[in-house]
Amino acid sequence: MIIDIKYFGMLAEITGRSNEKFECSNTKVSELKKNLINRYPGLNNVNFTIAQNQEIVNENCKVTGEEVAIFPPFSGG
Amino acid sequence: MSRYHRHIILEEIGVAGQKKIHAAKVLIVGAGGLGCPILQYLVAAGIGTIGIVDHDIIEESNLQRQVLFGMSSLGKNKAMAAREMLFNLNPTIKINTYPTKLISENVKDIFTTYDIIVDATDNFSTRYLINDAAVILNKPVIYGAIYKFEGQVTVFNYKNGPSYRCLFPYPTQKGLVSNCEEIGVLGILPGIIGTLQANEVLKIVLGIGEPLSGKLFCYNALTNQSTTIKVARIKETIRLVKQRGEDFEIFDEVFNCNIVLNQIGVEDIQDDDDIQYIDVRGLAELPRFFHENLVKISLHELTDNLQMISKDKKVIVFCKTGQRSNQAISLLKKNNITNCWSLKGGVSALTNSKLIKRTE
Repeated sequence: MIIDIKYFGMLAEITGRSNEKFECSNTKVSELKKNLINRYPGLNNVNFTIAQNQEIVNENCKVTGEEVAIFPPFSGG
Repeated sequence: MSRYHRHIILEEIGVAGQKKIHAAKVLIVGAGGLGCPILQYLVAAGIGTIGIVDHDIIEESNLQRQVLFGMSSLGKNKAMAAREMLFNLNPTIKINTYPTKLISENVKDIFTTYDIIVDATDNFSTRYLINDAAVILNKPVIYGAIYKFEGQVTVFNYKNGPSYRCLFPYPTQKGLVSNCEEIGVLGILPGIIGTLQANEVLKIVLGIGEPLSGKLFCYNALTNQSTTIKVARIKETIRLVKQRGEDFEIFDEVFNCNIVLNQIGVEDIQDDDDIQYIDVRGLAELPRFFHENLVKISLHELTDNLQMISKDKKVIVFCKTGQRSNQAISLLKKNNITNCWSLKGGVSALTNSKLIKRTE
């Protein structure tokens, strides 16, 4: 399954892109997270939350969504 | 009432709605980039009582986005200067100023007077303090945050909705996320995001429309793209914040953003003699565990019992969910015990592993 990943804020800077296609089959969110950190080690140093199909998912969920959004908290005000 | 004529002729507001706006008491924490437009629109709209918390002084580099201020404001306290400017805009509004930093010692006193809290701050530790205090005092929070060209808006703790910790359970480590002063921000962005926050305040005061509760609105000023993400309330997270009660002092220490947390998963633990386990749950919490290298010290007693913590072994701390053990790690690190790790997933992770035996 090809998923479409969107990166927000500083995550787009760490990965060098605002979105990309990612191949993953029968994967849990925690595994997706591991794969992403392997690919972009800088992600290991930031706090981020994952949503699929516009809904926040916990790490035990299966990746079923075609649209995955990965976003960090912002502190600025 | 000619000032509010354009509100009053709206069917959704009317005289009754304008009275609700007048009766509302709203606290704005932070009179910076987000706070300025929020204050301007809420004062213009006729919110009867407004509180402003800010300890900061206005500098010239603020004027690029903090549009409430001018050259005559330089060097003044933001809360006090904002009050001066807003008085000219609408002298009928009662404006309370708190030219101080929001901290655990004053948060309860300041929050008590207000119905709605607006988070327009620029740092994680205050955002978590606002969240935790609002959960305990049961006040809705209108949250806005910005980074370079992107912003987030949502409503927390409103009618059993989620809280900030349901979205981001812990602060990000400092140094990895910086503020506008260090990294820059498009001046117009806080204007957009702050105005959206002011709009959420009015919707909640009036009881009209659909407040952004349970929905995180993300906006990108460069692409004009926006995404709305559903956020669910996590009961356990809310319960833990409430359980800690008004002991905000421990929060400051624990959730201090300067501290980088060490976390470890059960799969990464090699059980050998070089490990000391620390159970920081209360003595009555089940299930209990047995292991020759296990020490039981509840979180509140930890700092008084540091001599029981091994200096040579790898120290693995656990609790029910991993929250208190994270706090414990922060405390241990402050006391120069660095080879310490918080067990991810807490007791349930431990129960599923074969590392430690259960006794009951």
